[in-house]
Amino acid sequence: MMAFLVITAIAAIRRTDLFAVTMLFGIYSFLTAVLFMDLDAVDVAFTEAAVGAGISTVLMLSTLRLTGRFESSRRRNPLLPLLVVTVTGSALVYGMLDAPPFGDPQAPVHQHVAPRYITESPDEIGVPNMVTSVLASYRGFDTLGETIVIFTAGLAVLLLLGMREGQNLRPSRLAIGDFLVLRVVVKVLVAFILLYALYVLLHGDYGAGGGFQSGVIFATGFVIYDLVFGEADVRRVLPPRWLARLAVAGILLYAGVGIFSMLAGRPFLDYSVLAHDPVHGQHIGILLIEIGVGVTVFAVILAIFYAFSGLRRPSQVA
Amino acid sequence: MYNYFLAVFLMMAGFYVVIAQGNLVKKVIGLGMFQTSVFILYISIGKVNGGQAPILTEGVTSYSNPLPHVLMLTAIVVGVATTAVGLALVIRIHEAYGSVEEHDIQQRDNAEDALLEGEL
Amino acid sequence: MSALDHLPILVVLIPLLTAVICPLFQNGRTAWKLALGAAWSSFAIACMLLHQVLNSGTVRYQLGGWEPPWGIEYRIDVLGGFVLLIVTSIAALVLSYARRSVEDEIRPGRISFFYAAFLLAFSGLAGITVTGDAFNLFVFLEISSLSSYALISAGRDRRSLNAAFQYLIMGSIGATFILIGIGFLYMMTGTLNMDDLAVRLPEVADTRTVRAGFAFLTVGFGLKLALFPLHLWLPNAYAYAPSVVTAFLAATATKVAVYALLRFLLGIFGVGFSLMSMPFDMILIGLGLAGILSASLVAVFQQNVKRMLAYSSVAQIGYIALGIGLASHTGISAAVMHLFNHALMKGALFMSLGAVAYRVGAMHISDFAGLGRRMPFTMAAIAIAGLSLIGIPGTAGFISKWFLVLGTLEQGWWPLAVLILLGSFLALIYVGRILEAAYFGTPKENSAVREAPLSMLIPIWILVIANVYFGLNTELTVGLATQATTDLFEALP
Repeated sequence: MMAFLVITAIAAIRRTDLFAVTMLFGIYSFLTAVLFMDLDAVDVAFTEAAVGAGISTVLMLSTLRLTGRFESSRRRNPLLPLLVVTVTGSALVYGMLDAPPFGDPQAPVHQHVAPRYITESPDEIGVPNMVTSVLASYRGFDTLGETIVIFTAGLAVLLLLGMREGQNLRPSRLAIGDFLVLRVVVKVLVAFILLYALYVLLHGDYGAGGGFQSGVIFATGFVIYDLVFGEADVRRVLPPRWLARLAVAGILLYAGVGIFSMLAGRPFLDYSVLAHDPVHGQHIGILLIEIGVGVTVFAVILAIFYAFSGLRRPSQVA
Repeated sequence: MYNYFLAVFLMMAGFYVVIAQGNLVKKVIGLGMFQTSVFILYISIGKVNGGQAPILTEGVTSYSNPLPHVLMLTAIVVGVATTAVGLALVIRIHEAYGSVEEHDIQQRDNAEDALLEGEL
Repeated sequence: MSALDHLPILVVLIPLLTAVICPLFQNGRTAWKLALGAAWSSFAIACMLLHQVLNSGTVRYQLGGWEPPWGIEYRIDVLGGFVLLIVTSIAALVLSYARRSVEDEIRPGRISFFYAAFLLAFSGLAGITVTGDAFNLFVFLEISSLSSYALISAGRDRRSLNAAFQYLIMGSIGATFILIGIGFLYMMTGTLNMDDLAVRLPEVADTRTVRAGFAFLTVGFGLKLALFPLHLWLPNAYAYAPSVVTAFLAATATKVAVYALLRFLLGIFGVGFSLMSMPFDMILIGLGLAGILSASLVAVFQQNVKRMLAYSSVAQIGYIALGIGLASHTGISAAVMHLFNHALMKGALFMSLGAVAYRVGAMHISDFAGLGRRMPFTMAAIAIAGLSLIGIPGTAGFISKWFLVLGTLEQGWWPLAVLILLGSFLALIYVGRILEAAYFGTPKENSAVREAPLSMLIPIWILVIANVYFGLNTELTVGLATQATTDLFEALP
């Protein structure tokens, strides 16, 4: 497992074919996700697989399509970078020497702060998935920040690449979409993916998953449809302008819950005021903000994908 | 303990790609690897021997620490956000310079400077 | 809870949500008005907050209603309130000034996006100054960084793209280092709350893990604040970004990074650990000096005026690092004061350069020839802010340099004082070059360059007057800086 990771990393350094490097990155990310499963971090594994091996890799491939597959063979003097890396690596190893042993239940991280999440959260928040409790309630403000981060990324990409509407769309029939079987399979598949995304959103309280993962999967469904049937179809259903509105709506829903708490005389994002029973209020609050996160993430990821895939290679611009 | 040293090795591999490579796309990929390996460090911190995934289950008494998981979910989002913005920049650089090699871009800027000074 | 209790979150939330709404408006003018309203409200709230802090001590706010260390806490002390005041006031002034400059430099269809990114950068910086949670700081750092990359890349010159990319790489390495550092501290203490960290660290301070965490945090923030020799991203980023962006970032972004560094060094690790038990103070003094001298020297030879002042920013950060390195009350007070004064002068200077860019359209030193007569008010602003940059008595810049020199003399290091004066001398040369061109150069042809519009001049002159006012009336800045430093020293053994 770990050996595979190391091999992948070394191969990624050595290859000059960027297409191969991107694929290696996808594998690397996927292996990391498997490692996370092994370390009990199911939510993180899920997200890493969807984001690292999925979204990031797709974006890298879209970039390569425009910028060329091979890096120039000119090698720079690797001495200084090697020195910097060695120093940094030594500092890391130095730091690890006094670290608590791996997996030791007596380590400070397991003795302070975390125990409350583990023992109290089922009663205080009433959600079996502790990761969801911490993410959405105890540290709910970080998650709002995280949603803003992804919103910022979408904004930055649109500021850089522009939001194209109407003209220049890929034709709705590519060669790949002409296979009848493929069309049927994809339609069924996409329906399943979207359903699954909803399941992930609503099931986040009980198992792995939540708003973010759901948004990513939902966007993936659209991306697959888009790849097979061309852009025009998807864009008729969801024009970019509407994506922007959706992205904004998701954040406003999230922040709106927080502002409601403030109006009810409690701190920002205190969900206990949402129902008579505080625990029930937590439950409602978490569901609402997860929907908000999901909507924004879906809209932003799809908008970023539109922006990347819509660009033409310089030769095609004419 | 191996996890920690694995994380260190992977971090340095990613870090090396970021600072040693001249190709901008590869730099972004390296950055992604660098960040991903930091996730391994954090998730390793959260592991408890004999613990289970932190989802309340009948009959399980020992859970791994959920806090690092939450932190890394956020960090993954930050990572993909950085990747997206970085790649968008690379595309624009390619449009403007016709290259994504640091060396070429430097050369073109220098040539422009020389031209500008010549005019004055 | 009354409305007053919610101020800590409102100061961040108002610009944040306004930023989110901005892209919905196609019309750039509407977006600008929204952004302006948000920035001035934040400024008003920041004033009230500082007032609260001075009257009744550190202000706290429990997000989500969860008490720390389980939940995230907002926490504003004198230093935080002071830096928040800098950030919000500069944002409000720069936005007041921005409309024409942005309409001139940014593509018409993207103006509302531009303001949204601007507000995101602003709220990210504000979030860093008020948070009491180490990981929340990282999240807001990333919000401000990602939006800064986008803002810088919106410059007209294609080099802005490459500059933004370099900044993205260096900035992300910095952020990842910070993340590693926070990870090490978390590993040893189990907490992310800053106050809780400060309580629990001394127990484990003498471990290699904590020392390594310290190193990663310092290098990470060093990258963000452009400490020599980690400053390589800064000159091009500032030189090729849109004028408004340069003015805002130069006056605030590095300041907030310094604040975050101070918060970790002194507020969490404590003076004893950070500056006394390790030779780190000497390293800071050395790097600070190297930054002052080398960057000032490079600035003297720049032909692009914006780039010249960008190098000057690296030098000014050197003064701040040197002040911290002195590890004394006077030295750190001087550093905190310089945060404020440097924001005043660089804000005024880069806004004036923006006015020149608006009327003349270029930044080469030869383009400034004869501007003293054609744009008298803009050039006078550059002259006065330039004097402040040099540190002439009667300007704000003098006050912080004075305290810095006092700090060095206190410890009997007079050669350091001489080198600081040498730095000022170099500043005299490069500021002199601009003024020489403007007042004694002959214009290239009789072009029809006019004085900048009032909407630009008024915000510029507010800052210029502040430069003089705070040079004569030192009560506010010196008082606040001294008290902030005292708090930092007293917080921990």
